[in-house]
This record gives sequence, C-alpha cells and structure tokens, in this order.
Amino acid sequence: MKKDYIRPLDIKHGRIDMNHGAGGRASAQLIDELFKPAFANEWLAQGNDGAALPIPQGGKMVVATDAHVISPLFFPGGDIGSLSVHGTVNDVAMCGAKPLYLSASFILEEGFPLADLKRIVDSMAAAAREAGVPVVTGDTKVVEQGKGDGVFISTTGIGLVPMGVDVSGSNARPGDVILLSGTIGDHGVAVLSQRESLEFETTLQSDSAALHGLVAAMLDAAPGGVRVLRDPTRGGLATTLNEIAGQSKAGMLLDEAAIPVKPQVDAACELLGLDPLYVANEGKLVAICAPEAADAVLAAMRAHPRGAEAVRIGTVTEDPHRFVQMDTRFGGRRVVDWLSGEQLPRIC
Amino acid sequence: MKYIDEFRDGDIARKIGARLREEALPERQYSFMEFCGGHTHAISRYGIAELLPANVRMVHGPGCPVCVLPIGRIDLAIQLALERGAIVCTYGDTMRVPASDNLSLVRAKARGGDIRMVYSGADALEIARREPDREVVFFAIGFETTTPPTALTIRLAKDEGLKNFSVLCCHVLTPSAITHILESPEVRQFGTVPLDGFVGPAHVSIVIGSAPYEHFSQEYRKPVVIAGFEPLDVMQAVLMLVRQVNEGRAEVENEFTRAVSRDGNLHAQALVSEVFELRPSFEWRGLGEVPYSALKIRPAFAEFDAERRFGLGYRAVPDNKACECGAILRGVKKPTDCKIFGTVCTPENPVGSCMVSSEGACAAHYSYGRFRDIPVRVETACPVLP
Repeated sequence: MKKDYIRPLDIKHGRIDMNHGAGGRASAQLIDELFKPAFANEWLAQGNDGAALPIPQGGKMVVATDAHVISPLFFPGGDIGSLSVHGTVNDVAMCGAKPLYLSASFILEEGFPLADLKRIVDSMAAAAREAGVPVVTGDTKVVEQGKGDGVFISTTGIGLVPMGVDVSGSNARPGDVILLSGTIGDHGVAVLSQRESLEFETTLQSDSAALHGLVAAMLDAAPGGVRVLRDPTRGGLATTLNEIAGQSKAGMLLDEAAIPVKPQVDAACELLGLDPLYVANEGKLVAICAPEAADAVLAAMRAHPRGAEAVRIGTVTEDPHRFVQMDTRFGGRRVVDWLSGEQLPRIC
Repeated sequence: MKYIDEFRDGDIARKIGARLREEALPERQYSFMEFCGGHTHAISRYGIAELLPANVRMVHGPGCPVCVLPIGRIDLAIQLALERGAIVCTYGDTMRVPASDNLSLVRAKARGGDIRMVYSGADALEIARREPDREVVFFAIGFETTTPPTALTIRLAKDEGLKNFSVLCCHVLTPSAITHILESPEVRQFGTVPLDGFVGPAHVSIVIGSAPYEHFSQEYRKPVVIAGFEPLDVMQAVLMLVRQVNEGRAEVENEFTRAVSRDGNLHAQALVSEVFELRPSFEWRGLGEVPYSALKIRPAFAEFDAERRFGLGYRAVPDNKACECGAILRGVKKPTDCKIFGTVCTPENPVGSCMVSSEGACAAHYSYGRFRDIPVRVETACPVLP
C-alpha cells in the first residue's frame, strides 16, 4: 500500500459537495490543496484552530475565526447565537490564549422572523457576558429568500497568550498523555434529535460551553506541561486526534474503555448507525501533556466544573505512519481513522 | 447499554477464543464466509480476526447492499434527479457509491440534483405528501431486511392515492447470491476459494427465517450458522462452525435464537409477495447477471414503479478495469490484493463500491485494519490507567 496517498483535488471538473464541509479528510484536503498554497504564510502554516502572532511588546496574540451554519438554529442546550460565541472563544483558548474580544458578522435571509433573530442575538449576548468576552464590532448582510438558511453567523476572536505558554497541535511527543475533559457526542446527538425526519425524544443537552476558564486552570496547574489543546468539534474526537497526529508526526494509542460516552448518546448512535468518536462536541477539549505533568493537569481539570469528568484516554506513540489506534473494549485493536465525508448511517 | 454490552464482553470473547484454539485442529485450515456486511463490519471494528486462531480465516461475502449495486442502477437514480427533476430519496450509505462520469449521488446533488438522505421509505412518502407538485422517487436498495418496509411504503402510497410517488426498486435476495457463490467455478470446480461454511445473515434471517438455508446444508454440504451482528455472536458462530466441520456435520444452526425463528416473519413475507415479484435476472456488481436474484414491483402497483413511470432503460456499465471489487465480493481476492486499494481507491475517493460503505470489505479493512499491513511499533511509555 502506498502511504499517505490522497488523490489530488480535481480543480477543473470538481465541485464542492457536502463532504467538504464535514470536517473530515475532504475538508482537510480542501484546505491543504486550495487555501494553504494560495495564502501561504508562516502563521497560517501553524495549522492550529487560530494563528499565534508576534506583538511588538513581546509575547503573542491569537486570532481565530469560525463560521456557524447549524440546522436547526435552536437545539436543546443552546442555539446558533451562543454556539457562535463558544466556538470562537474555544478556538482562541485552544491556542493557549486568554480570549479578549469578539467580532460578529451576520448573514440573514430575507423573511427571517425578527423575534427569532432577537432570541439568537440575546442568547449570543448572554454567552459573551458569561464568558467575559465582549462582542466589540460586527457587520450585517441580507440575502434573498432561498439563498441562506435563516441566519449564518461568523465570529472572530482575539486573545493574548500568557508568557511561557507554548501550545500547538505540533507539540505532541511519544510518551505524552492524552486527556479528555468529559463525555463525547453530546452536542451532535442533541442537534440530530431535533432534525426534521429524525426527531426523537431525549433528555440530552448540547454541551456547548466556553472552555477558556478550564484552559487557564490547566495551564496554571502545570506550567509548560500542556503541549496540545484542541476542542473536538466537527468530525469528533477521532478527527481531532488524527489532525494532531499528523501535525506532530506521531501515532496514538487509545483505550476505548476509558472514553466516556453518555448512555443516551451511546443508544442514539447505536440506533442511527453512528460512531460517537466522530460525533461533534462544543464544550469538550483534548489535552496532550508531558507525562510528568499529566496528574496535575488532570486534577486541575477535575476541580473545574467544565472538566469534572476528565479522564486519561491514551498515550502518544512513535509511529511514522501517524496512525491513531485503539484497544477495543472487546480485546482487539483497530485503527481510528479520519472521518470520510459525512458520517452516514449504515443500512443493515 | 443494556442488551448490547452483554454481547460485547471482552472476557467472554477471550474465553471463546481459547475454546476455538483448543478445538480447531492444527493440521487443517478453516475458511468461513460471513455473507453479511454487518458481520464484516463487526469483525473489523472489534478486531475479531485477532482473536481467532491463525488457521481460521474469514472470507468476506457479498452481503453489503451498497457494494453489490451496479453502476447502471446508480446512473438511473442520478438521471431521475438531474434530467427528470425528481426528488430522489435514498439511504445515507448509497450517497457516495461511484457512478458513471465520475459522479455519485452526493456529487449529483452538488450539480443541482434534489437528492435527500432518508432513514426509511416512510420519510420519502412524507416528502411526497408535503410536496405534491414534485415527483418523489424512493431509491430502494437492500436485502430482505429493507424489503418489507419498502413494500409497506408502496401499499400506503396506493391506499392514499398518492400521484407523485414512486420507487426505484433495487431489492436483492440473499439465498440466490449464496447459490451463485456456491455454483461459481472458483468454489465448485477449481476449489481456489475454499469454503467450509457460512456465517448466516442476522437481520435478513429475522425476516426470511432459517429454513431457506437448509438447501445449502443439504444440497452443497455446507454448514450454516445464523448469527447476530454483535461481536460475541460472530465468535460463537465461528466456534459452532468449527465444531460442525470437525464432526463432519453440515446443518443449519441458529446462534441468533433471540431474534430468528425457522419460519421468520410471516407477516412481512406476505407483504413482500403482495407487492413484489421475482425479476428473471438482475445485475450484481461483482457477480454479474444472477438469475431470479432480485425483486420488481408487481403490475398491480405499476404506477409506483419508477422504472415504468419514467420509462427508464437499464444500461449496464462495466466497472473500472483496475477495480477488484468483483473478485473481492466473490471471496476470490482480499482487499489488499487489489492494486488500487489505499492508493487511488480510498473511502474519500472510492473507485469501487466495496470502499464506500463501512460494511464493504475494502472500507472495513482500510478504516479499521490497515495498520496490520504495515508493522507498527507501539511504545507505551506511560501506561493507560483503567
């Protein structure tokens, strides 16, 4: 088998399809082959959730941006407004930075009820207040009916990296410990439960939340000990770990039994033919720590409300092929691969 | 999860594995085909192959509904969406199957086709009720598991007098595919594919019962053990097959007694025969034309038959020359025997259908098992805590 071969994008005849937005390998390929070469610069090349930029006074600032296009707009535990704050605050935080300010741009569809827009904006404002990160500037555009899905929100955040903090997806080293802040798949399943034609009743809530407080506690607990931070959003835990493995040129070995999944999520995934490892989260993070720092970081996570259920889920390994592998609860071992396209339910 | 975790218990798996190593005779090779993609998926996802003795080999069968769908059939669905302006509804797995002109349903959607993923035919019916001015076609695929719901959908549409709904029927039959494999020259004449028995389908057997497999044990002297889709079901079924072989028996045994009876679901069977009849012949990807292996809609329900309604003519399209899906579906080759496996053909850009569904032999091996092809040194410097 030829290693790491991916058929290049067919720029001449190809078109964007839904797979390019699913956060899996197709999304990564689109970025690698189209966006990265066009914009090529050293900051973009960092390949993290945000870019860390030098500032004249010394130290680094972080800029991160995120577009939100969720359907349905309102879901148990949140809505597109709160999500657009949490998503970007978290992207800034995953670079090790303290988020300071947000900007927001709205693309509104003609005919969208003002009452819904107010609900979204109020929720967004509440989320920003709670996070202590104000929305300081914005923009609004309207498109004709049928040309948007109600409302799209794009937010950008800036933050400052405390002195001595160096967090990046490329920092993982063999022997490092992989920590996870809590249960996986809550957000994705909560959203799916509201989808038309799929509606099912569940007590499950999206985990959508700002994680910068948790990050600050972790960085304080073990200065220099946290090497990688990432929130496993689109594409889920599996995709996030594969991204980090690629950036750090290392492999990973996970312990399936250690990965916490709520019974409701497990049941819904079983029924729908999905794998929780690939289901989105909006209030969880993965941390990769130096082995000697792992206990302190884990204790700090468990002491914080957003990380009360934090666990060790595996270790970073030396592997030129950068495979993420997993010891299954059943006793076998398997690859935990990238998500291919959108996660599709099986038939049988 | 209750009633599920019990069948994924690693300790019991290791016990069955130990029993297998005791009972499998070291001087002989055992080769069993799991017919169903559901079993293929379980074997790969749970790493079952590692728990089996080295002389027990599993051959992946053609029971993945997506994998056996020929290019020509997908082309028909794409044609309905792009040229006839119909809303085409289909199961998620079908979306990425490669078709002609480098298209697939997901790519046809990007070219403006109104193609929607549904979880059942009932969802397609609901779309037809809601959008009475549009033609809505349910692209129905699958073995006997998905056939009764399609039959029910068609009967409901008729009862309601829906004028804008039809079904592109591509339902296929398990027993005819097994017969085809057993009659193939590789199995029957040359013996290049040694087959000592079958792990019989789980969900399919709930519908058709265990009786239809008795023919294979009597006529072809092949043991069949019907098994559920959980990993322990598969392990137990393999043990039962090894015992049958050792004892020189060729019987139909049922490991999946919690769901499968000898007669199956008679109500579902009656519904299916009310709405469908046998096709004299149907093209399978990999197997070619197989006589009496698929269903079509009876004339009494003709108005709901998309092939008749739109006057569709089927055109067979050969697979990519380099693709070995055909041989893999017949058990003649393994995914890694294919030159384009993991190079040109990946789950992201599948050339052959076996690379599409996670039930397909190639996709299952690529996604879960390909690390075995390249020895990887795993150093666990810091042990994972329980």
